[in-house]
Amino acid sequence: MRAFTRGLLGIAGFLVLWELLGRSPLLPAESLPPPSVVFGELVTQLTSPDFIRHVVATVLALLIAIVIAIAIAVPSGLVLGSVPAVRHATRAVIEFLRPIPSVALIPLALVMLGFGPETKITLAVYAALWPILFNTIYALDELDPLLVDTARVFGTGRLGVLFFVALPSALPFVLTGIRLAATTALVVMVSVELMAGSQVGLGYFIMEARSGPGRMDQVLVGTVVAGVIGVLLNNGLERVRRRWVAW
Amino acid sequence: MSNMLEVADLGHTYGDHEAIGGLTFTVRAGELVCVVGPSGCGKSTLLRTISGLVAPSRGDVSLNGSHLAVVFQDYSRSLFPWLSVQGNVEFPLRGLPRAERRARAAEALEWVGLGAAARKRPWQLSGGMQQRVAIARALAYRPSLLLMDEPFASVDAQTRFELEDLLLRVRREHDTTVLVVTHDIDESVYLGDRILVLSGSPARLVADLEVPLPAERNQVTTRTDEGFVALRSKVARLLNVGKPSMDMEKWAAAERESLSETVSS
Repeated sequence: MRAFTRGLLGIAGFLVLWELLGRSPLLPAESLPPPSVVFGELVTQLTSPDFIRHVVATVLALLIAIVIAIAIAVPSGLVLGSVPAVRHATRAVIEFLRPIPSVALIPLALVMLGFGPETKITLAVYAALWPILFNTIYALDELDPLLVDTARVFGTGRLGVLFFVALPSALPFVLTGIRLAATTALVVMVSVELMAGSQVGLGYFIMEARSGPGRMDQVLVGTVVAGVIGVLLNNGLERVRRRWVAW
Repeated sequence: MSNMLEVADLGHTYGDHEAIGGLTFTVRAGELVCVVGPSGCGKSTLLRTISGLVAPSRGDVSLNGSHLAVVFQDYSRSLFPWLSVQGNVEFPLRGLPRAERRARAAEALEWVGLGAAARKRPWQLSGGMQQRVAIARALAYRPSLLLMDEPFASVDAQTRFELEDLLLRVRREHDTTVLVVTHDIDESVYLGDRILVLSGSPARLVADLEVPLPAERNQVTTRTDEGFVALRSKVARLLNVGKPSMDMEKWAAAERESLSETVSS
């Protein structure tokens, strides 16, 4: 409870600082609307079907991207983690691909996939793959050989060990990877919407508010909502981990 | 009595290191045999070759039954933390119908006195209880041979006595054939119908001794029985011969300790 109170105090302090900075003559007028203005606009926007459509579009694309990333990274991680030959063969390629920022792939993705949601989903999947993949591989390295021996003496074969021992044992690490991946995917998702001019989404909303009417309060509404989505995802996944894999 | 396990000229070498140097012995059906030897003499390798985890460099292991089960020393690493106690005991039974799995696991948990803990996670239990779960899991599998690798070495003395008596009870009730690997001389005499004494590395068979004690054992009276004391001294001497470099001081200290343990209990 004390930690919670301190958290609230921190947020309050941040809002006060923002309010002061927004009203100070140090910054050009209207460049940083204070929270009192932004939250007023937030309430207005939350009742606007147009805004809700942008939020839903981003969240939906994000969830799709996370699910696809899990579907690719977990099985790949299991293979790479349990078959050293495959891991060695792919190491160079993975080490080359991993540091490429997803945003740098936007032009390529636009040419290949066009301006639809496929582009932002693909790029978010690309960014979300790595934390899940590497956490899965790491988890298999940490797999206790005694658990494997135990399963084997009870007549469990290689595939059985993979599904009934390696996979459940890796689950806590995999979930942590998913949590990290979700936040990264959100960043990439909004970035692509900002830059690649898809016609719907939170990033597009922010871009439109700035370049059209120059409504900085709407820009910040978009930013705050993106932050809230990130916090909810992170906390939600942490709760899932604590509730279901608490060992 | 028929032989449940026949080991013939079993040898194993890791690289240059010869862990086991040609062992030949048998375990008869229904018997409890203890393998005792100095630490690091290759007892664990012996257990791994018998259980099929490691293919031996030479020799034969033949089990005159369908399958065996193993109870490892390190219960905390051998139970699956994501499964309940019940789930752990059901693990070896995965091929069976659900109802039968349930029934056999519940029954095995009753045998070790853990019927009430079925829904808990292993890490919520004490060390002794966790090892009872591991024993229940092995028994639920209905093995032709139950292998135990230093099964009671990681629990406190009081719990060890309880678990030793539990093992003696369940193996008598269910006519289980058991091979216990241990470095504890007292334990080998207390538990065994027969003791196989191994030499230091590479492990060779030094002696194959019948235990001249009644089937009913008691932690207080058996351990002070003349036959028990005599056999324990004999095994201790054999182990000393088997490993000439053994530090005599250490042996004396260990002997005194085990004596005082016996007296205080």
